[in-house]
Parts: sequence; structure tokens; C-alpha cells
Amino acid sequence: MIGAEGHYEVKLGPLPTLTGKPTHYCAGCEHGTLTRLIASALHELGVRERTVLVDSVGCSVLAHEYLNTDAIQAPHGRAPAVMTGIKRMRPDLLVFAVQGDGDAVSIGLSELIYAANRGEPITIFLVNNGIYGMTGGQMAPTTPAGMITMTTPHGRDIATTGPPLDASKLLATLEAPAYVKRVLLPVTPTPSADFYNARGSMEGARSVRNAFRVQEKGGFSFVEFVSTCNVNWKMSILQSKHYATEVLAKVFPPGLFKDKFGVEKG
Amino acid sequence: MESVTAARDFLKGNEALAYGALKTGLNAFFGYPITPSSEIPETLAAEYGNPQYPGFKVFLQAASEIEAINMVIGAAATGAKVMAATSGPGFSLKQEGISYAAAMELPMVIVDVNRGGPGLGNLGPEQTDYFQATKGGGHGGYRNIVLAPSSVPEMAAFPALAFSLAFKYRSPVIILTDAFLGQLKEDLMFPEVPAQEFDTSWATTGARGPERHILSSMHLDLPELSRHSEHLRSKFEGIDRAEQRSEKFQTDDADVVLVAYGICARLAQRAVGMLREKGIRAGLLRPITLSPFPRGELAALVERGVQNFIVVELNTGQMVDDVRLATGGRARIASMQRVGGLLPSPLDIVHQVEAMSR
Repeated sequence: MIGAEGHYEVKLGPLPTLTGKPTHYCAGCEHGTLTRLIASALHELGVRERTVLVDSVGCSVLAHEYLNTDAIQAPHGRAPAVMTGIKRMRPDLLVFAVQGDGDAVSIGLSELIYAANRGEPITIFLVNNGIYGMTGGQMAPTTPAGMITMTTPHGRDIATTGPPLDASKLLATLEAPAYVKRVLLPVTPTPSADFYNARGSMEGARSVRNAFRVQEKGGFSFVEFVSTCNVNWKMSILQSKHYATEVLAKVFPPGLFKDKFGVEKG
Repeated sequence: MESVTAARDFLKGNEALAYGALKTGLNAFFGYPITPSSEIPETLAAEYGNPQYPGFKVFLQAASEIEAINMVIGAAATGAKVMAATSGPGFSLKQEGISYAAAMELPMVIVDVNRGGPGLGNLGPEQTDYFQATKGGGHGGYRNIVLAPSSVPEMAAFPALAFSLAFKYRSPVIILTDAFLGQLKEDLMFPEVPAQEFDTSWATTGARGPERHILSSMHLDLPELSRHSEHLRSKFEGIDRAEQRSEKFQTDDADVVLVAYGICARLAQRAVGMLREKGIRAGLLRPITLSPFPRGELAALVERGVQNFIVVELNTGQMVDDVRLATGGRARIASMQRVGGLLPSPLDIVHQVEAMSR
């Protein structure tokens, strides 16, 4: 089981919870960061032998290539349902998924909401970069107003496509979820843009571990990572960090929306 | 609802199927209500927690057919004996999940209580999901095993057969029945089912040591997917050789053979008796496995000299295609069809045979 809150650090270098295979993620993408945070938490908690990763469809579809755990792949958007089937049958297992915003907030919103509403003791990490990454940069339900994507070449018109959908806020309206949190994961520029701050990774590391602790306590945990997709945003890596901080994090402000078990307080 | 303890029972087909599944050690059921299949989840909900079925760990009503089949996928990945039940419109929605399950070689049992279609159709019996069940159904190339009970006792007995085939071949197994059999009440004795233990060494239940299990349907490397598809094809070829099942009724001296499954086989069997009283040597071939299709038996009948086959089915001609393929143009094939939830009477079948004989 997972111990009490204490000093916590992200391990660098090889880990038994990582396969060691180089990731396919684009340079500057936070998927790689999150993979490391998850591997580090699984290792520290000593749960690899009873962990099942559920791959979702999107950039995280190959997560099992990098995370050295048992894994099963879910159809597009259905990871929360697949996780429910595993967890109901085997409550002793630690079950988690990394989903993208297209997967979880668009095609899979129903599965997400109902798993959350039942309070399934599972953990979902949502990588929200405001766009469909794997399919080549189309509009997602999370795309900010005005953003140019492959299917909104003149910028997203929220009058016809609706405003960005906030999954964390939506889940927070439900009674059952135990832990709902949003973290700005990328490095963030200082006001002068001379330095970049890695606070997001440290906050992310804590949140990943807390999310697993919540599951072990029998609660549904959900952490949304506001992230970047410089390739499909058609920006440089540094520009994308600015955009995430100045635009995406304004649409999706970081915050703790639910913490039933008080894991954030330690 | 009372528990079934007596030796003899009088049950609806759907209820019998639910108890049959419980008696074979069902671990998990994920349901979504749809007429005319709802007695299956209702019966299982009532029996959930009954100490008579200690292996029955999970009953959960999903928010959609899609959610239900994906829960089935998750439970199947742990090596559980897991089942879902639905009817036509829900069976369509489940096809995406069934495609993934076939690709990941997950054992599971899916019951389709076929109602009238297409679209919302009606609540009457049809066999219009034959193609969807037997030819794959979802995207990509795969075949599933499809069983067709034709009585309430078979509704009770087939879950055991379905699970043993599902685990033997690591494949989804469909029990394709219809609104009539689901709602029909008949007298039955539950067969003694010996406890079956299946190999689940492939399940994803946590990696101990360096070895781990990955269940994935994605093979981005082109030759790798080609090899996987070839593996699925050759697996089904083995199933086709080993698992064709059918029942023959008075075919030994028959000049004309009716081919029918499910409720139609019951009606056709009655018609055979009526025809024999009239001096027409009729027989019946009843496919029990619709996939693999019992083409061996059909070919043997043609070989023996049977020249006339009449396929009786509750659709506009689906199984008749498989009969044509199995007989290879060497016999006369007539197709007798009813749709909309209507059934042919045995006398209708007799008239059809007489018309063909003239």
C-alpha cells in the first residue's frame, strides 16, 4: 500500500518501471515527461507487480512500449469502461490510463463521466493539449477559441462549435469522484522569459502519486495535465510553452477541484 | 424471483440462459437493458450475491451498450468468464468492441436475442443478425464462433459450451438466438456442468518479473499485422475443421432436406413429420454452429444424392448463401423467408416443399 505523504522526488535514469525504449513523442511534448512521472511513482510505491495500464487511442496509444507493466489497449475513448471491467473483477490491481483530450473529452466523454459518477477506484491522467495530436492537428472539444487547426483553418468559431469543454470542472460537479486536479505541466516562462520554471513537473509528480494513493484508498482519481503540442500548434517548442502558459492555462486554470481524502494535505 | 433448486424447471429461454451461465461459473456480467433480452440481466441481478454462485463476482448495469462491451473487454483481460447480452440494435453498437476482442483474442460470450430490424424494427423474432454474427460484424477481418440454440434446454446448456470454446480458442463466442426463444417457456432439466478450469496465463493481472502481458490490437508494422491476421485466419481454419456442429433429423433416406436453425428448426422438424405422413421423404439439417458453418454435413448429403434443399429462415435470405456455398451448385436450393417478426407455420413449410416437389 501507499505510505504517508513525505519527501518525494522524481528518479532520473533507468527504472524497473520503464522499458528503457526511447519514446516516439515529439521533442517538447509533455507525454514523455508524464511517462517519467508515472514510472517514478509506480516504482516508489512498489506496485508494478499489480499494475495494469490501459492504453487509450491517441499519442498515448503506445504507452506500454515505455511503461514496463502489464497493459491492455482500449478502443477510442473507452478506456474508463475497460478499466472498470478490470477493477471490478480484480479490485486488488492498480489500474490507470493516460488519455488525450480527444479520447477522453470528445468520443469517450460518456465512458469518462459514468466511471467517475460510479466512483470507480481507477486513475485517469488526461493530457490536454487542446488539439488532436496523433491524427494530425484537428480541432478538439478543448481547442481554445480562435485557434487555427486543420479543421478550423480560420480559427475555432465558438459560435458554431461551442466553447472549450472543461472536463475537470465537469467531473467536479459529480458527487462520487474523490480527486480531481488540474496541473500546468510544461515549463513556464518567467515574466522576462529569461528563465523557464519546472514547477509543473514537480506539481505533476506529486499529483500522480496522490492520484494513485486515492485509488488505493478506494476513490476515483483524475488529473488533467495542461500540455503542449508544438508540432500541431505549428510553433517552436519555446513558443508552445508561452502559449500553454498565456492562453491554454487561462482557458483551463490549474487547481484542485476535489480532494475527498485530503491527500494534498499529506 | 426464486432460486432454481428443483431438478426440473419451467423457464423462459432468457432465464434459462442466465441460469445456465451461472451454473457454468460465470464471473461477471455487464448489461444494458434492451427488449427482448432484458430477462437475462434481470435474472442475473436477482441472483447476484446468491451463495449458490460464489464465482459470480460482478453484476453491473452500464450506461450504454458500448460501455458494457468495453467493461466485458476489461474483465476478460483478467481471465474472467464474462458475458454480455443484447438484441440487434445493441449488437450493432457492440461490434466495435467485439472487433477489438477478436483482435486481442479475448474469450467472452455475447448473447444476441435477435429482434426485428433493421433500425429499431420491432420486438418480434428474426434471424436477420445472421450476417453480422457469422461474418465478423465489426471492422477488420475476423470470424467468431456462433452458436444457435433451438430450445429452452439448449438456451440453458449453451453457455457452458460457449465458454469452453471461448477459452479453448481465446475468441469471442456469440450465442445467436431470437425473440421467440428468449420469451418461450419450456420444461427443462439443467445439465450437470463439470467445473471447468481454463488456461488464463495470458491475462493482464500485473507483471511479475521481467515477463509481462500486453493485450493490444495495434500492429503498426505492416508485416507484423499481416502475420497477426494470418494467425487469426489459421486459428479459424482450425475451428472450422474441428467445431462444425449440426443435428440431422430423418435425413438418411430424404429426397428433400430442410435447413433451419433456432426456432425455425423446431417448425421445420414438425413439417418433416407432416411431409412424411404425406409420403414425401423429407429430412432436416439443423446447424448448431452457424460459424463455423456445418458445410461438411451438407456436402455429405449432396454426396449421398440429395438434390433438393429448402432453407427456412427469419430474414430475407442470409444462411441460404452459406448453404449454396456448401453445396457448390450441385443441388437445387430454395429459400423460404419470413421477416417482420412473423413465423412460418409447419403447414406453410409443407406447402413450400410440395411446390418445390412439383
